[in-house]
Amino acid sequence: MAKDEKDDVDRRAALECMIWAGTGVLWTMAGGVPRSSVLGISEAKAQPASGFTFLQISDSHIGFKHAPNPNPLATLEEAIAKVGALPQKPAFMIHTGDITHLSKPEEFDNADQVIGKAKLDTFYVPGEHDVIDENPGTAYLERYGKRTQAKGTGWYSFDNSGVHFVGLVNVANLKAGGMGSLGAEQLAWLADDLKDKSASTPIVLFAHIPFWTVYAEWGWGTEDSAQVLDLAKRFGSVTVLNGHIHQIMQKAEGTLTFHTARSTAFPMPAPGTAPGPGPMKVPEDKLRSVLGITKIAVKRGTQPLAITDSDLTKV
Amino acid sequence: MSLLRDSLCAFAAGSVVCCVVYGATALPAETRATIDNFMFKPDTITVPVGTTVVWQNDDEIPHTVTSVDGTFHSSPLDTKDKFSFTFDKAGTFEYFCRLHPRMKGKVVVAVVNGGTVR
Repeated sequence: MAKDEKDDVDRRAALECMIWAGTGVLWTMAGGVPRSSVLGISEAKAQPASGFTFLQISDSHIGFKHAPNPNPLATLEEAIAKVGALPQKPAFMIHTGDITHLSKPEEFDNADQVIGKAKLDTFYVPGEHDVIDENPGTAYLERYGKRTQAKGTGWYSFDNSGVHFVGLVNVANLKAGGMGSLGAEQLAWLADDLKDKSASTPIVLFAHIPFWTVYAEWGWGTEDSAQVLDLAKRFGSVTVLNGHIHQIMQKAEGTLTFHTARSTAFPMPAPGTAPGPGPMKVPEDKLRSVLGITKIAVKRGTQPLAITDSDLTKV
Repeated sequence: MSLLRDSLCAFAAGSVVCCVVYGATALPAETRATIDNFMFKPDTITVPVGTTVVWQNDDEIPHTVTSVDGTFHSSPLDTKDKFSFTFDKAGTFEYFCRLHPRMKGKVVVAVVNGGTVR
């Protein structure tokens, strides 16, 4: 009875400039305080060599075929080339989801092939685009779940250099009318995972959809994230890294800092500035001229986070 | 044998009657809907029993048409992909997009009486 048919088928310039494709974010852990800097900015290279660094990339959307970027594999390749050119090799990389556009095997294959060129251990969490196969999430888990001994729909944790990292899934079993969701089983697992950690352990939580409500109208938030933040608030340094919204947004709340990464595929509009959260159209020449233009300093405490936009051509 | 033959005859006769009735009163009905800017348009569709609803995704982002009660669910619909479902039973069917669950819609399937939906 049911069938699928396959048919072939301003806001301000300042804002446009902070939202670009083809970049990753370099994180430096120094004294438990993460700092980030967009690749391509000279300051990224000035990070102290003694620091522990890791990378975040997000929203590759391999398989997307439309304006403003019909070839997101090429921009992913550019981002990975920048990673390879870093003077200090990062310890590893995290990918905060939407690796693919349609969860197709060839999309995962292509992404893996390009990301593999970075020769970095890479830790993934799924985006909603990665779990739309016939049996939702099976393809993702078979590919990425085993190495991390992922539980449930793909959550896991690991330690590196005294920092505790937790990959969480907030794109599975979403309910009509809702936003991102973690679910009771995952929250119980997280409580158990964190309970023996000392309050001085720096915590990094990463998941696809932002953990704070960026814009409810577009579903840009996680319904039950308050419970995560309750579990995390006793720690002296908690950093939450997300993707999904294809633009940099930051927020600080007590000892918690939140950050969303840009996409390597296409930008999306700032909240409420367009009829919907679809790809934002930009001329091709403009797309690349604004790569690597955002620098972020994330500081512990309640100070506002510093965001500096600068065009690469002026660096 | 004779029982079978009789049954077949009855079946054949019934088919003819059915066809006549069908031809006289009800053409196969189809209603089109779109997915545009992360919205189902229209968000409420009222149709007679037997209507096929066809959704087309006009966005550049994939969506699904997934009923809340499990009656129907599409595969992910890429740009310009279509999904159709024939509503054979009366009732109200709420649905949403599995990727973007704030997108919601409703199909109200009503019994036809004298050519009008009630």
